[in-house]
Amino acid sequence: MKLRDHTGFPWIFAPIIVPCGAVTLSVPSACADVTSIFRPLSTPAQAVYEISLLTLAICAAIFLVVAGMLVYTIIRFRRRPGDEGREPPQVYGSNQIELAWTVVPILIVFVLILATARTIYDVQGAIPPADAVHATVVGHQWWWEIRYPKLGLITANELHVPVSDTDRRRPTFLRLESADVAHSFWVPQLAGKTDLIPNRVNQMWIEPIQPGTYVGNCAEYCGLQHARMLLRVIAHSPADFERWVAAQQMPPVEDGQARAGRDLFFATSCINCHAIKQTTANGKFGPDLTHLMSRQTLGSGVVTNTRKNLRAWVRDPQHIKPGALMPNMQLTDDELDQVVDYLLTLK
Amino acid sequence: MAGQEIALSPGVESSLSLTARLHEWVVTVDHKKLGLMYIGTSLFFFIVAGLMVAIIRMQLAVPNNTLVPPQVFNRLFTMHGTTMVFLVGMPIIAGLMNYLVPLMIGARDMAFPRLNAFGYWMFLFGGLLLYSSYLTAPGLAGAGSAPDVGWFAYAPLTGRAFSRGHSTDYWILGLLVSGIGSMVSAINVITTIISLRCKGMTLMRMPLFVWLMLVVSGMIVLALPPLSAAQIMLLLDRYLGARFFDAEAGGSAVMWQHFFWLFGHPEVYLLMIPAFACVSEIVPVFSRKPIFGYPAMVAATLLIGFISVGVWAHHMFSVGMTAVSNTFFVVSTLLIAVPTGIKIFNWLATLYGGQIRFEIPMLFCLGFLFQFLIAGLTGVMLGVAPFNWQLTDSYFVVAHFHYMLVGSFIFGMFGAIYYWYPKAIGRLLNHKLGLWHFWLFAIGFHLTFDPQHIAGILGMPRRIYTYDPGRGWEIYNLLSSIGAAFQAAGVGCLAVNLLRSLRHGALAGDDPWDAWTLEWSTTSPPPDYNFETLPEVRSRRPLWDLKHPEDPDWKYE
Repeated sequence: MKLRDHTGFPWIFAPIIVPCGAVTLSVPSACADVTSIFRPLSTPAQAVYEISLLTLAICAAIFLVVAGMLVYTIIRFRRRPGDEGREPPQVYGSNQIELAWTVVPILIVFVLILATARTIYDVQGAIPPADAVHATVVGHQWWWEIRYPKLGLITANELHVPVSDTDRRRPTFLRLESADVAHSFWVPQLAGKTDLIPNRVNQMWIEPIQPGTYVGNCAEYCGLQHARMLLRVIAHSPADFERWVAAQQMPPVEDGQARAGRDLFFATSCINCHAIKQTTANGKFGPDLTHLMSRQTLGSGVVTNTRKNLRAWVRDPQHIKPGALMPNMQLTDDELDQVVDYLLTLK
Repeated sequence: MAGQEIALSPGVESSLSLTARLHEWVVTVDHKKLGLMYIGTSLFFFIVAGLMVAIIRMQLAVPNNTLVPPQVFNRLFTMHGTTMVFLVGMPIIAGLMNYLVPLMIGARDMAFPRLNAFGYWMFLFGGLLLYSSYLTAPGLAGAGSAPDVGWFAYAPLTGRAFSRGHSTDYWILGLLVSGIGSMVSAINVITTIISLRCKGMTLMRMPLFVWLMLVVSGMIVLALPPLSAAQIMLLLDRYLGARFFDAEAGGSAVMWQHFFWLFGHPEVYLLMIPAFACVSEIVPVFSRKPIFGYPAMVAATLLIGFISVGVWAHHMFSVGMTAVSNTFFVVSTLLIAVPTGIKIFNWLATLYGGQIRFEIPMLFCLGFLFQFLIAGLTGVMLGVAPFNWQLTDSYFVVAHFHYMLVGSFIFGMFGAIYYWYPKAIGRLLNHKLGLWHFWLFAIGFHLTFDPQHIAGILGMPRRIYTYDPGRGWEIYNLLSSIGAAFQAAGVGCLAVNLLRSLRHGALAGDDPWDAWTLEWSTTSPPPDYNFETLPEVRSRRPLWDLKHPEDPDWKYE
């Protein structure tokens, strides 16, 4: 057998690999708007983050030791020119050594199991304090229905919550349900994900500690537009949250200017799917529109909520989000303007 | 047994007409021919599913890309996953078992040769049935109606309300049919190993490959029925008004997940253990030492097989199980790290003190060792339930299981192809092309999957057909897509090498690697009857004993 000592590494690729590797390994801190699980800003996400660091540290240590031994062994015991025709000593095993590398992993696993169990019970066993906000999130293909039963509010795609501080903890406890298929609620900076499954009620909680908008996604494949089922959690200071609640509790403002659009809205089949508080529109299949214009996005995060985008959406939702369950209503340009003018009054 | 078949020397065979030769392959019950047919078909599907993922990576290379519409994308990732698991992974294992087990245990064929052929044809037609979905009603108009429910087809997305038409039925029936093939081939392997070992080959003298394939076959027999049962229940739901998974009528969507992963997790080990099997043959030969701690390797495999049926719900940490259930599955999942660690350490100890020859099969096995180590460690991270709540269904999971299924399984299979090709064909694969294959594929693999870990940590969910810019995912997706091109180039080198070496490869001889197991004691390729006289063994390395009569293994075992 011909002796081959080299592994034939094709060095011409080095100029490509080195920069790519550098980018890969660089900590992704350059990005402003990241939704990194390693930037927790909420109590349960923080608990997960801590056990993650422990796990990562253990795994990194194991990797360094084992990969180091592997590299050493491969280099040290490569076949050398003088080895031709000789066989190395034949070693069949060693009970002591094998016992050692069975027992050590068992100990590591034992420690990790205890730490993990503790975090599981911390997160899953949390009891809502008296000041907690309660909300129900219902997954739909492909948007989120959000209800606050105690506050009498219904909204969509944007969950508004108060921030918590050490003096006054105000976590939000979520009751998760689904109207059709399985979805999953995931806002990486706030908590791990929990699925929304039909005919089943799941619970999870979040407790943001900084005001701001937190972005997330549906994380369980739920059909055609799974990719465009984005989720926003907006954390307010307690006072802002009360203001938001008060504004949302108001009935829609009647604006004489948009009379034509209003009539059109109620005369076409819009009201079969959409609800507007204190009107005859009480459809359940689509998002509640009572305060549509208070939301940041349309179509569950697919475009920002501007007049232009709203008009394009009403004209043909299939163009912006193919497969969305809202049909093209075949409105003329004049009708479109009227309906959009009316929708713009739903602040 | 193959009574009507006549042993033909290569010269005579090539003088037969093409139809006669094709006919011979179609009617064959020879375990070697069937093994090669399994492997060839598997490689064909590997190319098909690889081309699918090439389109997926092109679509995801830049944000808000519109190369393919969402529905096409969803079909692509469903068919990619389904094909790679059921039509690439399972048959290549069946092919290796078929080809090698009888040769390694000194038998003339499998215990049930006709059942063996039946298994292959069931697999092939199951696969074709699945793919014929592309040609059905709307497909002929150009849209295709392949399944788009994901490879684990969660209820109730598969119900009639959400999956109209017949695409899901093709998924169910194609896998049911090919599942029958896997089932009978597993039963065949178990019977063969138990009853057809040559004289002197006690269970503890079998090559590790055979031991591991015995465990794999046992796992197939245990793991496939839950999937088949669930698929039949789903068919009943869809056509006979049953309500097993129909949540609106009081059924349980979560029950599907339990059934599926009760199959699905053993399935993962069922793909990994054959890779272990190949590595456990190749590493000793190219280190020039026997496998370190053979009994521990057997015990660890049995343990993995045993524990693997008790870990399924670690795929379901986010479905809202109780803290007690979550903790239980954390314990069982992390326990698997122990026997897996034993395996890695034993391979390491086999290398230690050896004379490592960097032939192509060995390069792939060394790549396997590094990548399997990382895959195992990311597996530990995913096994820690709270960490899993963040990582599951993100690109981190995609990266983790591709480290398992590509970085470990496919690397192991490539090693096996380079190692046993000379036995099956009689000619060696080209070394230089092999180097290109290895390095292009290894570089491409890391470029593709290393960045995906980070994309997942940055919150990128799996199975999205596009994404908005601004969340830091762009660069990692672009790197992934570039890596995919490298991998494709690597596979191209393999394809050229496989075809070219059929005619132009250097002649291999009986034993090109100076190896120790029985398949190397017969000619390359082996005759129809495998061995002129059935061998008799006294140790785990009969050819070592033959080559080193002064220092035989049986003195020590």
